[in-house]
Amino acid sequence: MTGVRLAKPWLDLDDAAIAALPGQLGVYEIGDAKGGTLELGFAGGRSRFGLRSAIAEAAAKHLAASRFRYEVTMQYWSRFEELLAVYVADHGELPPGNADRGVQRVGRLGVDRVAATGE
Amino acid sequence: MDFELSPEQKLILETVRRFVREEIVPLEADLDPDASELPPHHRERLVAMTKELGFYGLDIPEEYGGPGIDLVTRTLMAFEMAQHRAGLYAPCYGVFGGAGLAQLYEADDDQKERYLYPVLRGEKRGFFALTEPSGGSDPARAIRTTAVRDGDDWILDGEKTFISGADKADFGIVFARTDPELGRKGITCFLVDTDMPGFRVRRIVHTLRSSHYAAELEFNGVRVPGRNVLGEVNQGFAIANDRLSRNRIPYAAGCVGVALKAQEMAIAYAKTRKTFGDYLSTRQAVQWMIVDNEIDLRTARALTLEAAARADSGKPFRTEAAICKLVASEGASRVVDRAMQIHGGYGMTKDLPLERWYRELRIRRVGEGPNEIQRLIVARDVIGGSFH
Repeated sequence: MTGVRLAKPWLDLDDAAIAALPGQLGVYEIGDAKGGTLELGFAGGRSRFGLRSAIAEAAAKHLAASRFRYEVTMQYWSRFEELLAVYVADHGELPPGNADRGVQRVGRLGVDRVAATGE
Repeated sequence: MDFELSPEQKLILETVRRFVREEIVPLEADLDPDASELPPHHRERLVAMTKELGFYGLDIPEEYGGPGIDLVTRTLMAFEMAQHRAGLYAPCYGVFGGAGLAQLYEADDDQKERYLYPVLRGEKRGFFALTEPSGGSDPARAIRTTAVRDGDDWILDGEKTFISGADKADFGIVFARTDPELGRKGITCFLVDTDMPGFRVRRIVHTLRSSHYAAELEFNGVRVPGRNVLGEVNQGFAIANDRLSRNRIPYAAGCVGVALKAQEMAIAYAKTRKTFGDYLSTRQAVQWMIVDNEIDLRTARALTLEAAARADSGKPFRTEAAICKLVASEGASRVVDRAMQIHGGYGMTKDLPLERWYRELRIRRVGEGPNEIQRLIVARDVIGGSFH
Protein backbone atom coordinates (compact mmCIF):
# COMPACT_ATOMS: atom_id res chain seq x y z
CA MET A 1 0.00 0.00 0.00
CA THR A 2 1.38 3.42 -0.96
CA GLY A 3 1.50 5.94 1.85
CA VAL A 4 -0.46 9.07 1.14
CA ARG A 5 2.58 11.33 1.55
CA LEU A 6 5.49 11.68 -0.82
CA ALA A 7 8.03 9.98 1.43
CA LYS A 8 11.06 10.25 -0.84
CA PRO A 9 14.41 11.92 -0.09
CA TRP A 10 14.89 15.52 -1.16
CA LEU A 11 17.55 16.07 -3.82
CA ASP A 12 19.47 19.26 -4.54
CA LEU A 13 18.26 20.88 -7.71
CA ASP A 14 21.15 21.11 -10.17
CA ASP A 15 21.83 20.12 -13.76
CA ALA A 16 23.52 16.87 -12.82
CA ALA A 17 20.60 15.76 -10.66
CA ILE A 18 18.13 16.60 -13.41
CA ALA A 19 20.17 14.77 -16.03
CA ALA A 20 20.24 11.67 -13.86
CA LEU A 21 16.46 11.50 -13.59
CA PRO A 22 14.62 8.64 -15.22
CA GLY A 23 12.45 9.18 -18.28
CA GLN A 24 9.61 7.39 -16.53
CA LEU A 25 6.22 8.78 -15.59
CA GLY A 26 5.53 9.87 -12.03
CA VAL A 27 4.91 12.70 -9.59
CA TYR A 28 7.23 15.32 -8.15
CA GLU A 29 7.51 18.12 -5.61
CA ILE A 30 9.61 21.25 -6.12
CA GLY A 31 10.78 22.92 -2.90
CA ASP A 32 12.66 26.03 -1.77
CA ALA A 33 15.59 26.33 0.64
CA LYS A 34 13.29 27.21 3.57
CA GLY A 35 11.48 23.89 3.43
CA GLY A 36 8.43 25.19 1.58
CA THR A 37 6.72 23.53 -1.36
CA LEU A 38 6.60 25.56 -4.55
CA GLU A 39 4.80 23.14 -6.83
CA LEU A 40 3.44 19.62 -7.02
CA GLY A 41 3.20 18.07 -10.45
CA PHE A 42 3.34 14.99 -12.59
CA ALA A 43 5.18 13.71 -15.61
CA GLY A 44 2.32 12.40 -17.70
CA GLY A 45 1.90 10.65 -21.00
CA ARG A 46 2.65 13.80 -22.99
CA SER A 47 5.92 14.64 -21.23
CA ARG A 48 8.89 14.51 -23.61
CA PHE A 49 11.30 12.73 -21.30
CA GLY A 50 9.12 11.81 -18.37
CA LEU A 51 10.24 13.04 -14.96
CA ARG A 52 13.51 14.42 -16.39
CA SER A 53 11.82 17.00 -18.63
CA ALA A 54 8.81 17.60 -16.40
CA ILE A 55 10.91 18.46 -13.34
CA ALA A 56 13.31 20.61 -15.38
CA GLU A 57 10.40 22.60 -16.85
CA ALA A 58 8.65 22.99 -13.49
CA ALA A 59 11.82 24.04 -11.67
CA ALA A 60 12.56 26.66 -14.31
CA LYS A 61 9.32 28.45 -13.40
CA HIS A 62 10.40 29.07 -9.79
CA LEU A 63 13.35 31.31 -8.98
CA ALA A 64 13.41 30.01 -5.40
CA ALA A 65 13.51 26.34 -6.45
CA SER A 66 16.43 24.64 -4.72
CA ARG A 67 15.41 21.03 -4.20
CA PHE A 68 13.01 18.39 -5.42
CA ARG A 69 11.84 14.87 -4.86
CA TYR A 70 9.91 12.44 -7.01
CA GLU A 71 8.16 9.11 -7.16
CA VAL A 72 7.95 6.91 -10.25
CA THR A 73 4.39 5.74 -10.83
CA MET A 74 2.14 4.89 -13.73
CA GLN A 75 -0.81 6.06 -11.62
CA TYR A 76 0.53 9.59 -11.82
CA TRP A 77 -2.86 11.24 -12.13
CA SER A 78 -4.49 9.78 -9.02
CA ARG A 79 -1.22 10.10 -7.09
CA PHE A 80 -0.97 13.78 -8.08
CA GLU A 81 -4.56 14.36 -6.96
CA GLU A 82 -3.75 12.64 -3.68
CA LEU A 83 -0.67 14.79 -3.06
CA LEU A 84 -2.64 17.97 -3.75
CA ALA A 85 -5.33 16.84 -1.31
CA VAL A 86 -2.75 16.04 1.37
CA TYR A 87 -1.13 19.44 0.91
CA VAL A 88 -4.46 21.23 1.22
CA ALA A 89 -5.31 19.19 4.31
CA ASP A 90 -2.02 20.24 5.88
CA HIS A 91 -1.89 23.88 4.81
CA GLY A 92 -5.42 24.92 3.88
CA GLU A 93 -4.24 26.14 0.48
CA LEU A 94 -2.42 24.95 -2.62
CA PRO A 95 1.29 25.40 -3.32
CA PRO A 96 2.01 28.62 -5.26
CA GLY A 97 2.65 26.74 -8.48
CA ASN A 98 -0.73 24.98 -8.29
CA ALA A 99 -2.81 27.92 -7.05
CA ASP A 100 -4.55 28.52 -10.38
CA ARG A 101 -6.27 25.15 -10.05
CA GLY A 102 -8.39 26.37 -7.14
CA VAL A 103 -8.83 24.58 -3.82
CA GLN A 104 -12.45 23.78 -4.67
CA ARG A 105 -11.27 21.40 -7.42
CA VAL A 106 -9.10 19.42 -5.04
CA GLY A 107 -10.39 16.44 -3.09
CA ARG A 108 -10.62 16.43 0.69
CA LEU A 109 -8.57 13.83 2.52
CA GLY A 110 -8.56 13.35 6.27
CA VAL A 111 -4.84 12.84 6.86
CA ASP A 112 -2.92 12.49 10.11
CA ARG A 113 -1.20 15.80 10.71
CA VAL A 114 1.69 14.38 12.74
CA ALA A 115 3.80 13.98 9.63
CA ALA A 116 2.68 17.22 8.03
CA THR A 117 6.20 18.26 7.06
CA GLY A 118 6.48 15.17 4.90
CA GLU A 119 10.11 14.74 5.92
CA MET B 1 -36.48 -7.76 -31.77
CA ASP B 2 -36.51 -4.84 -34.22
CA PHE B 3 -33.86 -2.21 -33.68
CA GLU B 4 -34.59 -0.17 -36.79
CA LEU B 5 -33.95 3.41 -35.74
CA SER B 6 -36.75 5.93 -35.89
CA PRO B 7 -36.09 9.23 -37.73
CA GLU B 8 -35.90 10.96 -34.35
CA GLN B 9 -33.34 8.46 -33.05
CA LYS B 10 -31.27 8.85 -36.21
CA LEU B 11 -31.24 12.62 -35.76
CA ILE B 12 -30.27 12.34 -32.09
CA LEU B 13 -27.48 9.91 -32.80
CA GLU B 14 -26.11 11.93 -35.68
CA THR B 15 -26.08 15.02 -33.43
CA VAL B 16 -24.27 13.19 -30.63
CA ARG B 17 -21.79 11.60 -33.05
CA ARG B 18 -20.93 14.99 -34.52
CA PHE B 19 -20.64 16.50 -31.06
CA VAL B 20 -18.16 13.82 -29.96
CA ARG B 21 -16.05 14.03 -33.10
CA GLU B 22 -16.07 17.81 -33.53
CA GLU B 23 -16.17 19.08 -29.94
CA ILE B 24 -14.69 16.39 -27.68
CA VAL B 25 -12.04 14.51 -29.64
CA PRO B 26 -10.11 17.64 -30.76
CA LEU B 27 -9.76 18.80 -27.14
CA GLU B 28 -8.08 15.53 -26.19
CA ALA B 29 -5.04 16.40 -28.30
CA ASP B 30 -4.04 18.87 -25.59
CA LEU B 31 -5.10 16.90 -22.53
CA ASP B 32 -3.03 14.41 -20.60
CA PRO B 33 -3.81 10.92 -21.96
CA ASP B 34 -5.24 9.89 -18.59
CA ALA B 35 -7.28 13.03 -17.98
CA SER B 36 -10.94 12.70 -17.01
CA GLU B 37 -11.76 16.39 -16.65
CA LEU B 38 -11.90 19.29 -19.06
CA PRO B 39 -10.49 22.71 -18.23
CA PRO B 40 -13.37 24.71 -16.68
CA HIS B 41 -13.80 27.12 -19.60
CA HIS B 42 -14.24 24.27 -22.09
CA ARG B 43 -16.58 22.45 -19.75
CA GLU B 44 -18.80 25.49 -19.32
CA ARG B 45 -18.91 26.09 -23.08
CA LEU B 46 -19.85 22.49 -23.86
CA VAL B 47 -22.44 22.24 -21.08
CA ALA B 48 -24.09 25.32 -22.60
CA MET B 49 -24.14 23.50 -25.94
CA THR B 50 -25.73 20.32 -24.56
CA LYS B 51 -28.35 22.42 -22.77
CA GLU B 52 -29.08 24.23 -26.01
CA LEU B 53 -29.46 20.86 -27.74
CA GLY B 54 -31.89 19.72 -25.03
CA PHE B 55 -29.61 16.85 -24.05
CA TYR B 56 -28.47 17.99 -20.62
CA GLY B 57 -29.31 15.74 -17.69
CA LEU B 58 -30.10 12.74 -19.89
CA ASP B 59 -30.81 10.39 -17.00
CA ILE B 60 -32.98 12.75 -15.01
CA PRO B 61 -36.64 11.63 -15.02
CA GLU B 62 -38.92 13.82 -17.09
CA GLU B 63 -40.94 14.92 -14.03
CA TYR B 64 -37.74 16.41 -12.59
CA GLY B 65 -36.85 18.30 -15.73
CA GLY B 66 -34.99 15.64 -17.72
CA PRO B 67 -35.49 15.24 -21.47
CA GLY B 68 -37.49 12.02 -21.08
CA ILE B 69 -35.39 9.81 -23.32
CA ASP B 70 -36.16 6.07 -23.26
CA LEU B 71 -33.42 3.65 -22.26
CA VAL B 72 -32.94 2.22 -25.77
CA THR B 73 -32.25 5.68 -27.20
CA ARG B 74 -30.14 6.48 -24.14
CA THR B 75 -28.13 3.31 -24.76
CA LEU B 76 -27.62 4.18 -28.42
CA MET B 77 -26.40 7.61 -27.30
CA ALA B 78 -24.05 5.98 -24.79
CA PHE B 79 -22.49 3.94 -27.60
CA GLU B 80 -21.61 7.23 -29.30
CA MET B 81 -20.64 9.20 -26.20
CA ALA B 82 -17.96 6.68 -25.23
CA GLN B 83 -16.08 6.95 -28.52
CA HIS B 84 -13.14 9.02 -27.35
CA ARG B 85 -10.12 8.52 -25.14
CA ALA B 86 -11.78 9.24 -21.78
CA GLY B 87 -15.10 7.84 -22.98
CA LEU B 88 -15.31 4.70 -20.87
CA TYR B 89 -15.35 6.33 -17.44
CA ALA B 90 -15.91 9.95 -18.39
CA PRO B 91 -18.14 9.94 -21.49
CA CYS B 92 -17.90 13.40 -23.03
CA TYR B 93 -16.29 14.50 -19.75
CA GLY B 94 -19.72 14.74 -18.16
CA VAL B 95 -20.92 17.69 -20.23
CA PHE B 96 -24.25 15.95 -20.82
CA GLY B 97 -24.82 16.14 -17.06
CA GLY B 98 -25.60 13.34 -14.69
CA ALA B 99 -28.73 12.04 -13.09
CA GLY B 100 -27.46 12.62 -9.62
CA LEU B 101 -27.95 9.49 -7.62
CA ALA B 102 -31.01 7.53 -8.70
CA GLN B 103 -31.83 6.54 -5.11
CA LEU B 104 -32.60 10.18 -4.30
CA TYR B 105 -35.75 10.02 -6.41
CA GLU B 106 -37.09 7.67 -3.72
CA ALA B 107 -36.32 10.18 -0.95
CA ASP B 108 -38.99 11.97 1.07
CA ASP B 109 -39.81 15.60 0.34
CA ASP B 110 -37.48 16.97 3.02
CA GLN B 111 -34.58 14.87 1.74
CA LYS B 112 -35.29 15.91 -1.83
CA GLU B 113 -35.06 19.55 -0.79
CA ARG B 114 -31.80 19.00 1.03
CA TYR B 115 -30.10 16.61 -1.41
CA LEU B 116 -31.85 15.83 -4.71
CA TYR B 117 -32.65 19.33 -5.90
CA PRO B 118 -29.23 20.77 -5.00
CA VAL B 119 -27.66 17.88 -6.95
CA LEU B 120 -29.85 18.55 -9.97
CA ARG B 121 -28.95 22.26 -9.78
CA GLY B 122 -25.27 21.33 -9.69
CA GLU B 123 -24.83 22.73 -6.18
CA LYS B 124 -24.05 19.47 -4.39
CA ARG B 125 -22.23 16.27 -5.25
CA GLY B 126 -22.85 12.86 -3.77
CA PHE B 127 -21.31 9.41 -3.70
CA PHE B 128 -22.66 5.86 -3.39
CA ALA B 129 -21.01 3.73 -0.69
CA LEU B 130 -21.83 0.06 -0.61
CA THR B 131 -18.59 -1.93 -0.99
CA GLU B 132 -16.44 -2.61 2.07
CA PRO B 133 -12.99 -4.14 2.60
CA SER B 134 -14.83 -7.32 3.61
CA GLY B 135 -16.27 -7.61 0.10
CA GLY B 136 -18.48 -6.06 -2.52
CA SER B 137 -19.88 -9.02 -4.44
CA ASP B 138 -22.14 -10.15 -1.62
CA PRO B 139 -22.95 -6.84 0.05
CA ALA B 140 -25.86 -8.20 2.06
CA ARG B 141 -23.48 -10.39 4.03
CA ALA B 142 -20.26 -8.40 3.64
CA ILE B 143 -21.50 -5.13 5.11
CA ARG B 144 -19.89 -4.69 8.52
CA THR B 145 -20.43 -0.97 8.89
CA THR B 146 -22.94 -0.67 11.69
CA ALA B 147 -25.58 1.89 12.52
CA VAL B 148 -26.87 1.86 16.08
CA ARG B 149 -29.88 3.88 17.14
CA ASP B 150 -29.21 6.57 19.76
CA GLY B 151 -32.37 8.52 20.53
CA ASP B 152 -33.53 10.02 17.25
CA ASP B 153 -30.10 9.61 15.71
CA TRP B 154 -27.99 6.76 14.40
CA ILE B 155 -24.30 6.23 15.11
CA LEU B 156 -22.30 4.86 12.16
CA ASP B 157 -19.01 2.98 12.54
CA GLY B 158 -17.09 1.17 9.82
CA GLU B 159 -15.24 1.42 6.53
CA LYS B 160 -16.04 1.57 2.83
CA THR B 161 -13.69 1.11 -0.10
CA PHE B 162 -13.59 1.64 -3.89
CA ILE B 163 -15.96 4.60 -3.54
CA SER B 164 -15.79 7.03 -6.48
CA GLY B 165 -16.09 10.76 -5.97
CA ALA B 166 -16.17 10.70 -2.18
CA ASP B 167 -13.27 13.11 -1.72
CA LYS B 168 -15.05 15.83 -3.68
CA ALA B 169 -18.59 15.13 -2.46
CA ASP B 170 -20.89 16.97 -0.08
CA PHE B 171 -22.77 13.88 1.03
CA GLY B 172 -23.00 10.17 0.45
CA ILE B 173 -25.58 7.41 0.23
CA VAL B 174 -24.18 4.94 2.74
CA PHE B 175 -25.36 1.42 3.53
CA ALA B 176 -24.95 0.12 7.08
CA ARG B 177 -26.09 -2.87 9.07
CA THR B 178 -28.87 -2.02 11.48
CA ASP B 179 -29.84 -5.57 12.46
CA PRO B 180 -27.07 -8.19 12.57
CA GLU B 181 -29.58 -11.05 12.74
CA LEU B 182 -31.51 -10.27 9.58
CA GLY B 183 -28.91 -10.62 6.77
CA ARG B 184 -29.97 -8.63 3.72
CA LYS B 185 -33.09 -7.48 5.58
CA GLY B 186 -30.97 -5.85 8.26
CA ILE B 187 -29.41 -3.13 6.12
CA THR B 188 -30.42 0.52 6.08
CA CYS B 189 -29.51 3.35 3.74
CA PHE B 190 -28.34 6.69 5.19
CA LEU B 191 -27.63 10.13 3.78
CA VAL B 192 -24.32 11.14 5.36
CA ASP B 193 -22.92 14.66 5.02
CA THR B 194 -19.17 14.69 4.51
CA ASP B 195 -18.78 17.42 7.13
CA MET B 196 -20.34 15.27 9.85
CA PRO B 197 -17.74 14.67 12.59
CA GLY B 198 -16.20 11.22 12.36
CA PHE B 199 -16.41 10.95 8.58
CA ARG B 200 -13.06 10.78 6.82
CA VAL B 201 -11.75 10.04 3.32
CA ARG B 202 -8.72 8.07 4.38
CA ARG B 203 -6.88 7.61 1.11
CA ILE B 204 -7.17 7.34 -2.64
CA VAL B 205 -7.10 3.80 -3.96
CA HIS B 206 -4.67 3.70 -6.89
CA THR B 207 -5.72 1.32 -9.64
CA LEU B 208 -5.28 0.73 -13.37
CA ARG B 209 -7.62 3.67 -13.83
CA SER B 210 -5.40 6.60 -12.91
CA SER B 211 -7.94 9.38 -13.08
CA HIS B 212 -11.56 9.16 -11.95
CA TYR B 213 -10.18 7.31 -8.97
CA ALA B 214 -11.88 5.71 -5.99
CA ALA B 215 -11.29 6.27 -2.29
CA GLU B 216 -11.34 4.52 1.05
CA LEU B 217 -13.70 5.91 3.70
CA GLU B 218 -13.88 5.74 7.47
CA PHE B 219 -16.92 6.24 9.69
CA ASN B 220 -15.92 6.72 13.29
CA GLY B 221 -18.96 7.36 15.46
CA VAL B 222 -20.67 9.49 12.80
CA ARG B 223 -23.95 10.79 14.25
CA VAL B 224 -26.62 10.81 11.54
CA PRO B 225 -30.06 12.25 12.28
CA GLY B 226 -33.05 9.95 11.87
CA ARG B 227 -34.45 12.15 9.11
CA ASN B 228 -31.46 11.10 7.00
CA VAL B 229 -32.61 7.49 6.72
CA LEU B 230 -33.33 6.97 3.02
CA GLY B 231 -36.33 4.70 2.62
CA GLU B 232 -37.30 2.38 5.43
CA VAL B 233 -35.12 1.05 8.24
CA ASN B 234 -33.82 -2.44 7.32
CA GLN B 235 -34.96 -2.04 3.70
CA GLY B 236 -31.73 -0.57 2.34
CA PHE B 237 -30.62 -3.59 0.39
CA ALA B 238 -33.54 -3.29 -2.02
CA ILE B 239 -32.46 0.29 -2.74
CA ALA B 240 -28.92 -0.89 -3.51
CA ASN B 241 -30.08 -3.83 -5.59
CA ASP B 242 -32.36 -1.78 -7.82
CA ARG B 243 -29.47 0.47 -8.69
CA LEU B 244 -27.09 -2.39 -9.40
CA SER B 245 -29.26 -4.04 -12.06
CA ARG B 246 -30.19 -0.83 -13.85
CA ASN B 247 -26.63 0.49 -13.92
CA ARG B 248 -25.37 -2.58 -15.72
CA ILE B 249 -27.00 -1.48 -19.00
CA PRO B 250 -25.22 1.89 -19.44
CA TYR B 251 -22.12 0.20 -18.01
CA ALA B 252 -22.28 -2.30 -20.87
CA ALA B 253 -23.03 0.46 -23.39
CA GLY B 254 -19.81 2.26 -22.50
CA CYS B 255 -17.84 -0.91 -23.20
CA VAL B 256 -19.54 -1.28 -26.57
CA GLY B 257 -18.81 2.36 -27.41
CA VAL B 258 -15.04 2.20 -26.94
CA ALA B 259 -14.95 -1.18 -28.70
CA LEU B 260 -16.75 0.32 -31.72
CA LYS B 261 -14.11 3.03 -31.88
CA ALA B 262 -11.27 0.53 -31.45
CA GLN B 263 -12.65 -1.53 -34.34
CA GLU B 264 -12.96 1.58 -36.52
CA MET B 265 -9.33 2.42 -35.73
CA ALA B 266 -8.17 -1.15 -36.38
CA ILE B 267 -9.84 -1.27 -39.79
CA ALA B 268 -8.51 2.15 -40.79
CA TYR B 269 -4.98 1.22 -39.74
CA ALA B 270 -5.13 -2.18 -41.46
CA LYS B 271 -6.08 -0.43 -44.70
CA THR B 272 -3.13 1.96 -44.58
CA ARG B 273 -0.29 -0.04 -43.01
CA LYS B 274 1.77 -2.17 -45.40
CA THR B 275 3.92 -5.18 -44.59
CA PHE B 276 5.83 -7.22 -47.16
CA GLY B 277 4.37 -5.17 -49.96
CA ASP B 278 0.70 -5.25 -49.13
CA TYR B 279 -1.80 -3.84 -46.68
CA LEU B 280 -2.50 -5.54 -43.36
CA SER B 281 -6.14 -5.67 -44.38
CA THR B 282 -5.27 -8.19 -47.07
CA ARG B 283 -3.70 -10.60 -44.53
CA GLN B 284 -6.00 -13.34 -43.40
CA ALA B 285 -4.59 -13.25 -39.85
CA VAL B 286 -5.61 -9.60 -39.56
CA GLN B 287 -8.92 -10.10 -41.35
CA TRP B 288 -9.87 -12.77 -38.84
CA MET B 289 -9.05 -10.50 -35.93
CA ILE B 290 -11.32 -7.87 -37.43
CA VAL B 291 -14.04 -10.46 -38.04
CA ASP B 292 -13.79 -11.72 -34.46
CA ASN B 293 -14.04 -8.11 -33.32
CA GLU B 294 -17.18 -7.64 -35.38
CA ILE B 295 -18.78 -10.75 -33.87
CA ASP B 296 -17.96 -9.60 -30.34
CA LEU B 297 -19.26 -6.14 -31.10
CA ARG B 298 -22.53 -7.16 -32.70
CA THR B 299 -23.23 -9.65 -29.92
CA ALA B 300 -22.60 -7.12 -27.18
CA ARG B 301 -24.50 -4.36 -28.96
CA ALA B 302 -27.58 -6.53 -29.54
CA LEU B 303 -27.65 -7.89 -26.00
CA THR B 304 -27.25 -4.42 -24.49
CA LEU B 305 -30.10 -3.05 -26.59
CA GLU B 306 -32.22 -6.08 -25.69
CA ALA B 307 -31.70 -5.37 -21.99
CA ALA B 308 -32.56 -1.70 -22.51
CA ALA B 309 -35.71 -2.57 -24.48
CA ARG B 310 -36.78 -5.00 -21.78
CA ALA B 311 -36.29 -2.34 -19.09
CA ASP B 312 -38.24 0.19 -21.18
CA SER B 313 -41.13 -2.28 -21.50
CA GLY B 314 -41.42 -2.54 -17.73
CA LYS B 315 -40.60 -6.25 -17.70
CA PRO B 316 -38.03 -7.79 -15.33
CA PHE B 317 -34.57 -7.26 -16.81
CA ARG B 318 -32.14 -8.53 -14.18
CA THR B 319 -30.99 -11.48 -16.31
CA GLU B 320 -30.68 -9.39 -19.46
CA ALA B 321 -28.73 -6.69 -17.60
CA ALA B 322 -26.35 -9.27 -16.16
CA ILE B 323 -25.80 -10.91 -19.56
CA CYS B 324 -25.13 -7.66 -21.38
CA LYS B 325 -22.71 -6.45 -18.72
CA LEU B 326 -20.85 -9.74 -18.87
CA VAL B 327 -20.75 -10.05 -22.66
CA ALA B 328 -19.95 -6.37 -23.31
CA SER B 329 -17.11 -6.13 -20.79
CA GLU B 330 -15.46 -9.35 -21.93
CA GLY B 331 -16.13 -8.79 -25.64
CA ALA B 332 -14.87 -5.19 -25.57
CA SER B 333 -11.71 -6.31 -23.78
CA ARG B 334 -11.03 -8.76 -26.60
CA VAL B 335 -11.81 -6.16 -29.28
CA VAL B 336 -9.40 -3.62 -27.82
CA ASP B 337 -6.75 -6.29 -27.32
CA ARG B 338 -6.98 -7.31 -30.99
CA ALA B 339 -6.98 -3.66 -32.10
CA MET B 340 -3.74 -3.16 -30.17
CA GLN B 341 -2.25 -6.23 -31.83
CA ILE B 342 -3.15 -4.89 -35.27
CA HIS B 343 -1.55 -1.53 -34.42
CA GLY B 344 1.65 -3.22 -33.28
CA GLY B 345 4.00 -1.06 -31.21
CA TYR B 346 1.87 2.07 -31.63
CA GLY B 347 -1.01 0.24 -30.02
CA MET B 348 0.92 0.10 -26.77
CA THR B 349 1.69 3.80 -26.62
CA LYS B 350 -0.10 6.67 -24.96
CA ASP B 351 -0.20 8.34 -28.37
CA LEU B 352 -3.33 6.27 -29.03
CA PRO B 353 -6.29 5.70 -26.68
CA LEU B 354 -6.11 1.91 -26.96
CA GLU B 355 -3.81 1.37 -23.97
CA ARG B 356 -6.10 3.43 -21.72
CA TRP B 357 -9.16 1.48 -22.84
CA TYR B 358 -7.26 -1.77 -22.32
CA ARG B 359 -6.47 -0.85 -18.70
CA GLU B 360 -9.89 0.53 -17.94
CA LEU B 361 -11.79 -2.33 -19.58
CA ARG B 362 -10.01 -4.73 -17.25
CA ILE B 363 -11.77 -2.98 -14.40
CA ARG B 364 -15.11 -3.38 -16.16
CA ARG B 365 -14.96 -7.15 -15.69
CA VAL B 366 -14.95 -6.53 -11.93
CA GLY B 367 -16.88 -3.27 -11.50
CA GLU B 368 -20.68 -3.20 -11.03
CA GLY B 369 -20.47 -6.80 -9.88
CA PRO B 370 -17.72 -9.16 -11.09
CA ASN B 371 -18.61 -11.23 -14.14
CA GLU B 372 -18.69 -14.34 -11.98
CA ILE B 373 -21.53 -12.71 -10.05
CA GLN B 374 -23.30 -11.94 -13.34
CA ARG B 375 -23.06 -15.63 -14.20
CA LEU B 376 -24.43 -16.46 -10.77
CA ILE B 377 -27.38 -14.12 -11.35
CA VAL B 378 -28.11 -15.69 -14.73
CA ALA B 379 -27.79 -19.21 -13.33
CA ARG B 380 -30.11 -18.33 -10.46
CA ASP B 381 -32.69 -16.93 -12.85
CA VAL B 382 -32.36 -19.62 -15.52
CA ILE B 383 -32.10 -22.65 -13.25
CA GLY B 384 -34.15 -21.15 -10.48
CA GLY B 385 -33.89 -21.36 -6.74
CA SER B 386 -31.11 -20.45 -4.41
CA PHE B 387 -27.67 -22.04 -4.26
CA HIS B 388 -27.55 -22.70 -0.56
